[in-house]
Amino acid sequence: MTQQKEPAYAIEATGLVKQFGKNRAVDGVDLRVPAGSIYGVLGPNGAGKTTTINMLATLMKPDGGSAKIFGHDIQTEPHVVRQLIGVTGQYASVDETLSGWQNLIIFGRLLGLSKAEAKKKAAELLEEFDLTDAAKRPIAKFSGGMRRRLDLAVSLLAQPPLIFLDEPTTGLDPRTRNQMWNTIRKLVAAGSTVLLTTQYLDEADQLADEIVVIDHGRVVAQGTPDQLKKSVGIASLQLSVTNKQKTHEAVRVVEKVLDVKAATSDATTVTAPMADPERITDLLVALRAKDIRLDEVSVQKPTLDEVFMALTGHTADDLEANVSKETA
Amino acid sequence: MTSATKTIVPAAERDLGRYTPFGQVVRNSFTMAYRAILKMRRNPEQFVDVTVQPILFTLMFTYLFGGAIAGNVKNYLPIIIPGILIQTVITTTLSTGTQLREDMDKGVFNRFKSLPIARIAPLAGALMADVIRYSIAIVLTFIMGYIMGFSPAGGLVSVIGAGLLTILCAWCVSWIFAFFGVIARSAQSVQGISMMILFPLTFLSNAFVPVSTLPGWMQAFVKVNPVSHLVTAVRELVNQGRVGHDFWMSLIGAAVVVLIFAPLTVRAYMRKA
Repeated sequence: MTQQKEPAYAIEATGLVKQFGKNRAVDGVDLRVPAGSIYGVLGPNGAGKTTTINMLATLMKPDGGSAKIFGHDIQTEPHVVRQLIGVTGQYASVDETLSGWQNLIIFGRLLGLSKAEAKKKAAELLEEFDLTDAAKRPIAKFSGGMRRRLDLAVSLLAQPPLIFLDEPTTGLDPRTRNQMWNTIRKLVAAGSTVLLTTQYLDEADQLADEIVVIDHGRVVAQGTPDQLKKSVGIASLQLSVTNKQKTHEAVRVVEKVLDVKAATSDATTVTAPMADPERITDLLVALRAKDIRLDEVSVQKPTLDEVFMALTGHTADDLEANVSKETA
Repeated sequence: MTSATKTIVPAAERDLGRYTPFGQVVRNSFTMAYRAILKMRRNPEQFVDVTVQPILFTLMFTYLFGGAIAGNVKNYLPIIIPGILIQTVITTTLSTGTQLREDMDKGVFNRFKSLPIARIAPLAGALMADVIRYSIAIVLTFIMGYIMGFSPAGGLVSVIGAGLLTILCAWCVSWIFAFFGVIARSAQSVQGISMMILFPLTFLSNAFVPVSTLPGWMQAFVKVNPVSHLVTAVRELVNQGRVGHDFWMSLIGAAVVVLIFAPLTVRAYMRKA
């Protein structure tokens, strides 16, 4: 038997459009998600992230454009696509009135497992996600973190090669968030592709191999987290001068060598924007020549918050205040 | 290693079907019915209408109308019990629509839509599970009647037959409300629309009063009303053990309802799905 070639892309979307009345929630989104990667879709509330996932997961028909999941068209082969994906929604996509155990059994049975297989699988997943103690309780009594974990467990019943996670950690405390991150990393290590949406810049930075930034239904930037940070440019240099009297002299040297405006935030710290980290050598030599001793030197890349600001003209926090704009 | 960390079968090595085989449609529907039954057990208040209504209505209507219509309660029982039976069960079908709507508004329906399962299963399952509710209503109505002195001349087999006929027809009628459940915006509007259909259909029938006492124009409607045929069919069965013309008319009426509303409902549901 000849083995079919695995398509290089888990998701290939071209010009996806979704219109709600006058509002173009998604306005020509292109995505290329390599198989086996974690792909981050970053954007504020109402940017069109959930709508994009809904279209890719065959929950909504696109008004324009096309997309393929592992080479299968979402519109002409939706049933095939559904066999390849798992979706964990932003809102609990499990049965609130039923227990965790019952949810897993029902979804297992729906996916074609026998009664015995469904029970075995349910027990395994409850164990895996640390939910065994809560298994018999109705989901309505679960905490936010437990609910997300169960939601993800249900998505993993069929062991799909592509998993959509819509804001998997929104509203979780830092410890639970870290657990979720570990689970996501494990999934990818096992061979899954994960597409996750997030409003948290550090989440995309931590997890994603590649990030696409969406705002107002359009892709405003994409690349690896590092590329994105570089594209907005300048790293930031920080010097800590040992002798406080020399701080002003240090500022003058920095300004002369790097040809920028430097600033002192306190008596001993000098900060300056820097286009090319290579020039730090020149700077250090110049400082040594003036006999200015340093406690600490650091060059920092900009945070994704700064990237976001540069790309969209507003900070992520600004937009979180506009939660009411969320459309889908 | 635990399950999530097992190696996942790559997309290209999977055996992927393009359609849902018929066997799976049936299995999925039964699983969804099982889900609906589990939910009923978690929300016992769902059973209020099928338990309280048969008891209350049978008592109320029998003593209220018995003397006026049939001279005494004893003589009225063979007329009213089949009437109440149908009225109660048909009213129960309404909640199929409201509950479907409430269910569809929840996130879990998004998950159903994203699964490779038969699209019709969530609908079919919900409707199948409601058969339990109809059965409860039917059994309670007959028990109430028996306590009040009703002894069906047709015998036990006929009573069971009448019950099965009622369940079948109710299931068919529930597709009407399932349709409104799917197209309506909220459970409340389903309730509103359904009431407007339900009241004329059940009360403008021969369920409670002899048709001859009604004005001519109303008689015309009552005679063509499928509910009247069903009530007559049940009366003939339980009181005479006879399968007559109205029995077949009821079945045809029920079939027509399903043939119209089942495809409409499924289409509307698929469009939303």
